[in-house]
Amino acid sequence: VPGPRTIAVLGPQGTTPDVGEVIRDLAIEGQVALVRAGYQERESDDADLVKALGVPAVNLTLHARGNEVFKAASDFTAAYTARQQRLRYMQGFYRTRLDGIEAAARTISLRYVDPDLLEQEEKVSVDQYRHMDNDHIERCQAVKATFDRAWPADKVDVLTKHRREVRELIEKSSALVIAGGHIASLLNRLQLFDVLGAVGEKPIIAWSAGAMVLTDRIVLFHDFPPYGSDIAQVLDTGFGLIPGYVILPDAKRRIDLTAHAGIQRFARRMAPSTCVAMDHGERMLFDGTELRFARATRLTTTGAAEREWSGEPSKFSTPHLFGVHI
Amino acid sequence: MMSAAIEVLSKGPKTKEAVDAFIAANTFPIIAGSACTFVWRGEAEAVHLKHWVFGLPSSQNLTRLEGTDIWHLTIQLPAKSRVEYKLEVVRNGKGEWRQDPLNHNHARDPFGANSVAHSVGYEVPSWIHEDKSAAKGFVDEIWIDSNTFGRRGFGLYIPARFQRTRTYPVLVVHDGHDYMRYASLNNILNNLIDRLEIADAIVVLTSSPDRLREYADDERHAKFVTEELVPYVQRLLPITDEPQSRCLMGASFGAVASLSTAYRYPGFYGRLLLQSGSFAFTDIGDRNHRGALFDRIVAMMNRYRAEPTVMSERIFVSVGMYESLIYENRSIVPVLMSTGMDVRYVEARDGHNWENWRDRLRDGLSWLLPGPFLHVYE
Repeated sequence: VPGPRTIAVLGPQGTTPDVGEVIRDLAIEGQVALVRAGYQERESDDADLVKALGVPAVNLTLHARGNEVFKAASDFTAAYTARQQRLRYMQGFYRTRLDGIEAAARTISLRYVDPDLLEQEEKVSVDQYRHMDNDHIERCQAVKATFDRAWPADKVDVLTKHRREVRELIEKSSALVIAGGHIASLLNRLQLFDVLGAVGEKPIIAWSAGAMVLTDRIVLFHDFPPYGSDIAQVLDTGFGLIPGYVILPDAKRRIDLTAHAGIQRFARRMAPSTCVAMDHGERMLFDGTELRFARATRLTTTGAAEREWSGEPSKFSTPHLFGVHI
Repeated sequence: MMSAAIEVLSKGPKTKEAVDAFIAANTFPIIAGSACTFVWRGEAEAVHLKHWVFGLPSSQNLTRLEGTDIWHLTIQLPAKSRVEYKLEVVRNGKGEWRQDPLNHNHARDPFGANSVAHSVGYEVPSWIHEDKSAAKGFVDEIWIDSNTFGRRGFGLYIPARFQRTRTYPVLVVHDGHDYMRYASLNNILNNLIDRLEIADAIVVLTSSPDRLREYADDERHAKFVTEELVPYVQRLLPITDEPQSRCLMGASFGAVASLSTAYRYPGFYGRLLLQSGSFAFTDIGDRNHRGALFDRIVAMMNRYRAEPTVMSERIFVSVGMYESLIYENRSIVPVLMSTGMDVRYVEARDGHNWENWRDRLRDGLSWLLPGPFLHVYE
């Protein structure tokens, strides 16, 4: 009787991929199905990666398939494009609202009052973030649900054809490998072709954006954007295969791991999910939804960047920490 | 005030060899903490530092070090400053402005070139230089037969990853050819697009044969750009047809032209990048001290200040602390913000020059037309 599905989540692969080592550790043999849709037009430039895998691979070419669908089904494409534009606008509005919360939190934090009162107010600020994040996700889900009702996959012949082909390729494979890249492109193509629905209980190995889409909440972040500073923002829900984790790839380049207050607020905002920063060489291994092993950096609700985190559960306690909603 | 290096020289032997050794041992101007020492070597009746730092006397005397042919002047230069200057050497009663022969840092502009002093903490941005690994966009010159201005040329930058099946934002750059020549715009576009920091964008480079007139709130210019140039480019190339994907940019009078055009066509341009705008205004009366050239600008700015309106969504304003226009730019920011538009304002310790505008482009363009860097996790 097969056990629960194995999911391996890796840090960025860079120029010295360690994915082949993981495939060997998991004793995966035979052909794997490869998703590189996050690389968009470069998705088929997969020779180096396939070599690093150490096993044969079939590229599902989801990006190219998507383009074929969009070219062939004009009504569907128009509706899909309108949906995406609406979601982009909503993302922008949500991001603008976050600025307001951030500004208020900062202004209040500078008031000359009792520190206990400021601590309570900080919880209110965190709650406002949480409310805004949840509201944004719900509204995005509603937009997608409306679209899915109007455009069920079986209503678009070319999409049905590609879904069938993708399913057949996955059936012939022993595992699914999902590379990183552009997170929204990757998520959309995986959803469009129902890849996770087709994978059954086969092992999944994913990294960077590929890992982010497996969680239940995708968060965009960068502490060093070219324009100075930014606030982390929720993009969407993922496929929820590893719920309760917020994956933050490429941490050394993207996160100020010395910013105690920023880490604290972010980890509280995401709680009870565990925030895991992942760099090259780091990994997490799941049996089903249960974390079996980790070697990564956990961002804690006390503001610490806990390096060499080995996977022990986070200790989320008490309303004292999070305010009224937890 | 005498710098430590000059003091050491003054206390030693005043021989040619000692001066040669002093020149060989230092880079010029000599930066020591916040002290910046300008040095000129040679025979002269007087030597003056000429610069364009608003707030300091625009001409300052260098002092001759007795017994030598060294002239020197030390001023305080705050950290992260960048100052363009020339030296005026007076001989036979006649002054000649020249670049500092001891300083290899120069900045070019349409009038020639200036020497440049970098204080502690200023670094030339790495992203302005050609990156051989960055994919290169394609630049071309196109002609348009305009009902407004007749036949006019304009430059076109097409990003390296351009595909007909996608649509792109359009960035219209006033004095675009000068931005390419003096502000490294081509390298900057190539590099920042390649690094995913700014969006793949179609960039239109405009230049006017009569910019002081056409850029000074001239309705013909606004009409040309909005009703002729942008639609023409849109017929040639796949431009995303939404305000968020249309950006106007310019410096000095070019910033006025950008603001004026957006003001005349509210809601058409969702993004504005305004650098060192010549936003002259008056609080009383209708004549600004800057002269008749600014009269139309003053009228526009006064009108706008009296009734600020939404014209765009997102505006990036930058200006140098060492230019007189700091007053006008600091003044316009709260007015723009009062309308609810999203405004970002950046000051730099620099002057009214192309390299100041160059150094702010990453900040401004990545905010106005962000690339997918936030979405890409490889």
